[in-house]
Amino acid sequence: MPAIARTGNEAMAEAMRQINPDVVAAYPITPATEIAQIFANFEANGDVDTEYVRVESEHSAMSATVAAAAAGGRAMTATSSQGLALMGEILPIASALRLPIVMPEVNRALSGPINIHCDHSDTMMNRDAGWIQIFSENAQEAYDNVLQAIRIAEHDDVLLPAMVTTDGFIISHCMEKIETMEDSDAKAFIGEYKPKNPLLDYKNPLTLGALDLQDYYFEHKRPIAEAMHKSKNVILEVGKEFEKKTGRSYGFFEEVSMEDAEIAIIALGSTAGTARMTVKNLREKGIKAGLIKLRVFRPFPEAELVNALKKLKVLAVLDRSDGYAATGGPLFSEIRSALYDLKTKPMVVNYVYGLGGREMNFELLDEIYADLQKIAKDGKVDQLVKYSGLRE
Amino acid sequence: MTKPGWKELKLGDVLEAGTAAAFETGDWRSEKPIFHKDRCIHCLQCWIHCPDTSVIVKNQKVEGFDYKHCKGCGICAKVCPVKGEKAITMEPER
Repeated sequence: MPAIARTGNEAMAEAMRQINPDVVAAYPITPATEIAQIFANFEANGDVDTEYVRVESEHSAMSATVAAAAAGGRAMTATSSQGLALMGEILPIASALRLPIVMPEVNRALSGPINIHCDHSDTMMNRDAGWIQIFSENAQEAYDNVLQAIRIAEHDDVLLPAMVTTDGFIISHCMEKIETMEDSDAKAFIGEYKPKNPLLDYKNPLTLGALDLQDYYFEHKRPIAEAMHKSKNVILEVGKEFEKKTGRSYGFFEEVSMEDAEIAIIALGSTAGTARMTVKNLREKGIKAGLIKLRVFRPFPEAELVNALKKLKVLAVLDRSDGYAATGGPLFSEIRSALYDLKTKPMVVNYVYGLGGREMNFELLDEIYADLQKIAKDGKVDQLVKYSGLRE
Repeated sequence: MTKPGWKELKLGDVLEAGTAAAFETGDWRSEKPIFHKDRCIHCLQCWIHCPDTSVIVKNQKVEGFDYKHCKGCGICAKVCPVKGEKAITMEPER
């Protein structure tokens, strides 16, 4: 397997080159711009057979991608932040039409105030759009997740769109050594795409996206939840197959030192990479600290998470987006709710952090783990939702 | 009639083609077009402009309207170029 130096954006563009989609329609937006830009070079140089559509906005990018997928093509796009927000109107149409579009999404704070750096408010705003959401810790995972997302999204039991995210700049622009598959292996892994109801099949004309009112809309929405549930098995199967080919294993989440952990944090994206080191340092001091890096946020792996978290004394849920007087950030409210049925459950505390690219570092993570030790000792959570790295 | 449950529906809100024909929009009408055959010059302006393909034409001659689908927008009457009394006039429904 070739080892190469790539940024997160380059890694995702490389995965797209190997996927060689029929159609890519994209519009530039920092920090995701490079993905489509690099891919446009592939197209210009004849490295792919893709029809590259230069659209006038992200609303058009997603509309064109939906149309291309409905026509029967393997269609992709890439975006970030405001771009995802502008796509917001079309995202639930992609899932309702059951179009397995795969989209790299570079997490960036939503305006306002205007900001180009990482937080997760963009994808969290669209967490209930019926899209599978897979987070990546680094460029390697970004590459691996894009290839796996094709297989997951296009599986007969799933047929849902999927977004694969990286943390803006932290991953998207950071160069790392990654291993890629040989082109032929990648091609064999993703396989040939056979669309279910292609509009270009003129011998079998059909209507797609008709007006759907009180009497059928509900019945057309329910299967999205079903497909999302079924995608869980597919995600695990595809992860196992990917491990056989590459040696890199993927599930819903990764557990670090969780076997006997008393205190732990759960986080999405690049923060898990930093926390990994913090846990190692704490373990050397004899502190029973653990970490869960959540990879798959949609479908939400509720039962599996509960099983992994149930023996903890204290859990910190790290949210890189705020619910603004919701019950904490989105990850917190879902995890805390998931633990509700346990007879003895861990105490849970929420830390909202890193908005607008504010750095999450060893010092802040040390503070959080120290706080967890205090909560464990006191036997109570003093404050349910806290802000980490914020100037008071 | 029992409607199908969600498990019985086809994937992704897919229907057979041409379903708009089965949806009779004529009862939306508050005004209806009346065709005056004796005044018609068969220029087919009404047929070209009708947004609901509700002007019935056979052998390049206007024959009347498909009242099951005509929504009574009145474009046909508006574009009718016949001088004096037009070949299409609008009347209130009922």
